[in-house]
Amino acid sequence: MLNKIETKELNLYYGEKHALKDVSLNIAEKSITAFIGPSGCGKSTFLKVLNRMQDYVDGVKIDGQVLLDDEDIFGQGVDTTLLRKKVGMVFQQPNPFPMSIYDNVAYGPRIHGIKNKKQLDEIVEKSLKAAALYEEVSDRLHTSALGLSGGQQQRLCIARCLAVEPEVILLDEPTSALDPISTLKIEELLMELKDKYTIAIVTHNMQQASRIADYTAFFLVGEMVEYGKTDKIFTFPEDKRTEDYITGRFG
Amino acid sequence: MRKFFNDELEKLNVDLTKMAHLVEVSLENTIDAFKHQNKQLAKDIIANDRLINDMERAIESRSFNLMLRQQPIAGDLRAVTSALKIVTDLERIGDQASDIAEIILGFDGEQVYRTVEHIPSMAKKAKLMVHESIEAFISQDLQRAKIAKKMDDEIDQLFQEVKQEVMEIIKENHERVDFSIDFLMIAKYLERIGDHASNICEWLEFNQTGKVNNHRLM
Repeated sequence: MLNKIETKELNLYYGEKHALKDVSLNIAEKSITAFIGPSGCGKSTFLKVLNRMQDYVDGVKIDGQVLLDDEDIFGQGVDTTLLRKKVGMVFQQPNPFPMSIYDNVAYGPRIHGIKNKKQLDEIVEKSLKAAALYEEVSDRLHTSALGLSGGQQQRLCIARCLAVEPEVILLDEPTSALDPISTLKIEELLMELKDKYTIAIVTHNMQQASRIADYTAFFLVGEMVEYGKTDKIFTFPEDKRTEDYITGRFG
Repeated sequence: MRKFFNDELEKLNVDLTKMAHLVEVSLENTIDAFKHQNKQLAKDIIANDRLINDMERAIESRSFNLMLRQQPIAGDLRAVTSALKIVTDLERIGDQASDIAEIILGFDGEQVYRTVEHIPSMAKKAKLMVHESIEAFISQDLQRAKIAKKMDDEIDQLFQEVKQEVMEIIKENHERVDFSIDFLMIAKYLERIGDHASNICEWLEFNQTGKVNNHRLM
């Protein structure tokens, strides 16, 4: 399995707080990698570093390397807009723009210069289909996205992410605000998308990680304690701290 | 954390220990009944087998419930699944002790225990192996289980000896064919008891390592 992303001795400080400590981790191409750990362990921070979302946070200092296809994302001349086109992100709360379903999906491609209506129509349809939402919304593409259910809104956010043809999709607890059926739909969707995309997901739901992830990394107080195939992590973790956390005996 | 779940796992273990002791006593009584031609004891063994079967169902039910409601993973999942596997082997040992007791009821009061020379050795070895496997499991002593598991080869060897002896008896005296087949069946039950004790040792290995005979299952 090829590595799409590699981090090497990545450290991150929020002012005095050392939030990520020497994290060296590989994210395999075209597979799902889950990050688990208690609140405040650094897993979301780590995810956000991968497309430089931390650039917008004051007082953040980062050292170490993050390589995307062997190229350092903090290297000179890296265009963060292009980086975020390649490495898309979906958040915990569905956050559609207050515009139509169609315009939500077409937003990214338009920013990247696509104006042709026929081409945009095609992208919107393809992205909505890939996000398993098209069937449900095809007759109301020009109505407000805010009228969709939470689960549909989250799939719309995934469609919006897919519309700019990313290579990596980062998801930060994408189902924690959704009901069980919507959650399963998103999980099924991710299982399909991993054939084409590299997926990294932060989740508090251990069953979710064990259901969908190929690889799992366990974080604790800024440290990446253990990383391995999901089967191994959930059946025979090497580190006692991992076993204590996943079996609910932590803390 | 997880006090309720820990308590439930502890209860599962207590039930398993109780069932193991019932099975061990049943096998000891069977050998005793065989040795002394004690028909009443044989009848008690057959009647008491129901208690062992009931315990198996209770442990299965408790395990399924824990899996359903607590979704155990890692070491917890191994503890629950190995309990589920072990009860089957314990129950089978109980059945086989009871099957031997049925045969004992059919004997006609002769001093039969030593008729086939290797059967007493086989019975003694099977009893010891079951005891050691159960004790190893209760104390979670993998080393003890490995030693216990090796006894299975000796039991298999003794079974071959019994077979030879029984064939000789049949050749010498055709009138004793029924009687001889009974002996052969007793020996076969003892041999199967060895196999189940061996499985118990394997499930202990699985519980601790996720492997059975060095093959990773989990």
